[in-house]
Amino acid sequence: MTDVPRTELPRTVVPRTVVPRTVVPRTVVPRTDEPRTDEPRRRAPRPHWLLLVPALALLGVVLLLPLAQSFLRSVGAPDLTDEHYRSLFTDGVTMRVLLRTAQTALLVTVIAFALGYPYAYVMTRVGPRARAILLVVVLVPFWTSVMARNYAWILILQRGGPVHEFFALFGMDVVLYGSVTGVAIAMSQVLLPFMVLPLFSALSGIDRRLLLAARGLGSSPLIAFWKIYWPLSRAGVTAGLILVFTLSLGFYVTPALLGTPQESLIAQLLAQRTTQLLDFAGAGALGMLVLVVTLVLVAWANRIGGTVSAIGVVATSSSKEQR
Amino acid sequence: MTSTAELAPARPGTAERRPARPPRRRPRGVDAVPWWLRLVVALVALYFVLPTLFVIPMSFSDSTTFSFPPEGFSLELYRNFFTDPVWLTSLRNSFFVAVVAAALATAVGTAAAIGLHSLTGRMAKLARTVLMISIVTPGIVLAVVVYISFLKWHLVGTFAGYALAHAAIGVPFVLVSVTSALSGLDPKLLRASASLGASPLRTFARVTMPLISRGIVTGAVFAFVTSFDEVVIALFLRSPTFQTLPVQMFNSVTFEVDPTIAATSSLVVTAVTVLCLVPLLLGSRGKNRQEP
Repeated sequence: MTDVPRTELPRTVVPRTVVPRTVVPRTVVPRTDEPRTDEPRRRAPRPHWLLLVPALALLGVVLLLPLAQSFLRSVGAPDLTDEHYRSLFTDGVTMRVLLRTAQTALLVTVIAFALGYPYAYVMTRVGPRARAILLVVVLVPFWTSVMARNYAWILILQRGGPVHEFFALFGMDVVLYGSVTGVAIAMSQVLLPFMVLPLFSALSGIDRRLLLAARGLGSSPLIAFWKIYWPLSRAGVTAGLILVFTLSLGFYVTPALLGTPQESLIAQLLAQRTTQLLDFAGAGALGMLVLVVTLVLVAWANRIGGTVSAIGVVATSSSKEQR
Repeated sequence: MTSTAELAPARPGTAERRPARPPRRRPRGVDAVPWWLRLVVALVALYFVLPTLFVIPMSFSDSTTFSFPPEGFSLELYRNFFTDPVWLTSLRNSFFVAVVAAALATAVGTAAAIGLHSLTGRMAKLARTVLMISIVTPGIVLAVVVYISFLKWHLVGTFAGYALAHAAIGVPFVLVSVTSALSGLDPKLLRASASLGASPLRTFARVTMPLISRGIVTGAVFAFVTSFDEVVIALFLRSPTFQTLPVQMFNSVTFEVDPTIAATSSLVVTAVTVLCLVPLLLGSRGKNRQEP
């Protein structure tokens, strides 16, 4: 950011995206709702909305229109009915699968939290170079091919694979391939960025001198952490937990490849209703349910202070690093 | 704690306001990162990186199953990949779909980012949300609704269908990276250009464009990779006559136990890694180009 000469501007310019001590902006979308004191006034009538038309048209055709069509079908337009929505709760299958999906998502969230919290903490304690490396490492699974990643997990978790062999050393017969646990392990690997990034953003805002003060006043490290550090990090934790849980709900490829049909998750049920049973109205209703739950939870996490798009963070941090 | 500790940066070259480590009074630092925590982080880092590396030794195996550890050493699987028309066609389809999708996403995404940059208010916020929403929409929901509508519009199994769907999911990435490039743009430059007599279009071409080009390239790369790697929507849009590489990889795991996927995975991982390094390298170069 350049220094603004006082003579030119009556008010100081607020640097919009400068976040002290961190390369991760708190939200992906830069605030555009604050007054731009540095914009020339006479550019108001220019048709900027026209620039949005192509993008909105593309999203309209691929996302909004299909969503609307599926929604209308699910409520039985033109004569409205709620039978497809009611049968979600009464058919006995959907709710059971939904419960299993929630359990899996919970397991993924726990794994991601247990691994992500110490990782994010250490990220705040190392120098900028090491931090950049740790950040890139977090995003490695994110940018490795989905299919390559899942194939690798098949190799690792299958009977005779390294995990199975490892437990065999202790005389146990553990095959995680085809189990919910295996699915959760593979899912948390790729969802960890969504835990680590909001956490890192929250943790790097905590003043460590508070901890030192507590230690100086005779507190043990554990108590100091629990009484001071933990409460201050809670917003980031909540955001990360919600995000990871939410994004777990929509996984299709990982459970399809690493799980079993007997223990299918909601995404597999949705796919099956669409392509095998051709029950478009029922699939539409289920899809709407999953979508609404997801959007509500993500909006909640975003409000608390999470980062929805890990890619956005990387894109912004790599294209414009401000220290 | 003494204030001199505050003034001395923890490492030379770190220009950040972090409380420096307090001077050591005991053999172990008062506020050091404990060794077990470092170990945990190292293990977590391995968990991020290691699984993917598994496919590389597998790709040089000469067995015809998925058995691990790999047996022998041969380039058989790579030969399979480069001689089998099914794999090659999928690769070609993936590549062209990704190119078209990325071009489309970059064009409309850049325009939208520039438009949104000078718009404020509730409507602009709503427009931005609409454009970003595909990033948080569960892939499976998107795939299902797109499939149902595209069936009706006869787009399933077509190049156009793939390219449109993939362009739509690429838009948020372009939007984010171009928006961030724009936020680093000094509006005074635009005013200077206008005051020197340049038309708005010329100002855009000669001032704005060069300054945000890095953001545009970053967005384009992300859009390309997103499309090239996308599998859920692709699985629904596939047809016997048209499918992409990830779909073929999915088939090779589920229907036909075809170890060629090991070679494919290694190639794709390598290619995508190289591509992803482009924005990072671009980012590390000329960090202060906005400085006057």
